[in-house]
Amino acid sequence: MELNDFLISPAEVARRKGPHDRIVMSSRVRLARNIREGVFPGWAKKPERVRVLDLVRPALESLPELKGAFSESMEHLSTLDKNLLVERHLISREHAAKREGSGLVLNREESFCVMINEEDHLRIQALRPGLQLRQAWVAVDHLDSVLEKKLNYAFSPELGYLTACPTNLGTGIRVSAMLHLPGLVLAEQINPIIQSVNKLGLAVRGLYGEGTEALGNVFQVSNQMTLGESESTIVERLEKVLAQIIEHEENARATLLEKKPKMVHNHIGRAYGILANAHSISSKETMNLLSLLRLGVDLGSFPSVERSLVDELILMTQPAHLQTVHSGKLSAEERDLLRADMLRGRLKPVSRPVAKTGSGLDKADN
Amino acid sequence: MVCCICKAKPATVHLTQIQGDKVQKVDLCEECAKDKGVNDSTFAIADMLLGLGASQEIEQAAGGPDVKCPKCGFSQSDFKKSGRLGCAECYTTFAEGLEGLLKSMHKGIRHAGKVPEGLRQTRDLVDRLGLLQKKLAKAIATENFEEAALLRDEIKQISSRPANPVTTSP
Ligand SMILES: [Zn+2]
Ligand SMILES: [Zn+2]
Repeated sequence: MELNDFLISPAEVARRKGPHDRIVMSSRVRLARNIREGVFPGWAKKPERVRVLDLVRPALESLPELKGAFSESMEHLSTLDKNLLVERHLISREHAAKREGSGLVLNREESFCVMINEEDHLRIQALRPGLQLRQAWVAVDHLDSVLEKKLNYAFSPELGYLTACPTNLGTGIRVSAMLHLPGLVLAEQINPIIQSVNKLGLAVRGLYGEGTEALGNVFQVSNQMTLGESESTIVERLEKVLAQIIEHEENARATLLEKKPKMVHNHIGRAYGILANAHSISSKETMNLLSLLRLGVDLGSFPSVERSLVDELILMTQPAHLQTVHSGKLSAEERDLLRADMLRGRLKPVSRPVAKTGSGLDKADN
Repeated sequence: MVCCICKAKPATVHLTQIQGDKVQKVDLCEECAKDKGVNDSTFAIADMLLGLGASQEIEQAAGGPDVKCPKCGFSQSDFKKSGRLGCAECYTTFAEGLEGLLKSMHKGIRHAGKVPEGLRQTRDLVDRLGLLQKKLAKAIATENFEEAALLRDEIKQISSRPANPVTTSP
């Protein structure tokens, strides 16, 4: 089956609801696991990687939890397919670069995605919309427990699950959430927040982990330490920290609206103006402006618009997704034109933002 | 400020990460940052620190750069290059050198999380045995010989059970 036929449509993905999805876009828990007798993928020769793939893939396919899953060896996926998966955050960029000897098993609901022979033999991921870290942990824990009956994991009572990189040793767990934080960015409070989150031993990364500046005001928060404490303790810490970040973001938005309504509505109005009228627009600019549009929806500037429209556009305007709706191979320039066409088309029925502010100046600081 | 990797070009990329009470600071030039994958989604400072300092530690502990993992042939210089180990057995081969490294990057150095079901019983036994031995030592020290005798019996009983063959410890 073709991957694009298997994948849930962007519109449907965007309509999924989860707790706090106004700020928390998605939750994920990933477990790193290895087969006891196998050499880790980064050090193994190709025949060895193929052997592990041939052992692991059927074991995954046989699980009732993964019935009807999309299961494929990476060399059978096109570059476009791989990029679609990256844009949906289902696989890492690192995994997208893999070919023979690596694989992917993705269930129908896209709530489980297993990467085979990425950095470890298995990277088992559970994904959920909104803030659902505990649910994702319970789901991935269950899948792992069923799988451990079929595979002989590399495990030591002292060091836990043995992983290719010592940074993942022990629980092999990475608990993460993707957050939309335009309020904290506009209020220039994001850096102190990141600093204090770092102090708790958690990492903050951008949308695709690029640099420190987050594209579209989207940040990923995750644990870094995996050894010496239980999975539950790690999930709990993340939950506590995320609850605080959500509160700070809501406060920042409320304060901005109260103290600097002109600044906020200026950003939202300009974002709408460009997105609804541009004839050529890059993916990066689109991401940053759609973030402001999303904020506008949250703040009631677009009473007739659902947040899911913005989330769908965030997905659809990315290069690989844009390519799927056009038959010929697009150059970057052509993509910028088509992206603008798509945005103008989809935003045509959307009326100009309502600004609940009179004329006059924003209050001065303090 | 110069780049902490090439120690030549000026550092323009500054990264700070705080773990517990330890501040880890890394200053890199553009090229080394690119080289180390600072723009890559998989980048973590810990990974980079591994490449910088850990290999020396491993070299000392494992008796020099010539030591190779008997199972997969991985050496400490390979670790220096990739920051990754070769196989599960490498954790035994390079155990001593890894300890300091694990201490610096994790909450503890003993696993406190999930245990595969097949191994859970074995671990409980090992824990129980350790506890009994501690009690025994205390009983002897306080000349409580009656209790010591009871403890010895229990230890004997547990130790005579067949061990789970899949358990290995590094
Ligand atoms: Zn340098
Ligand atoms: Zn090895």
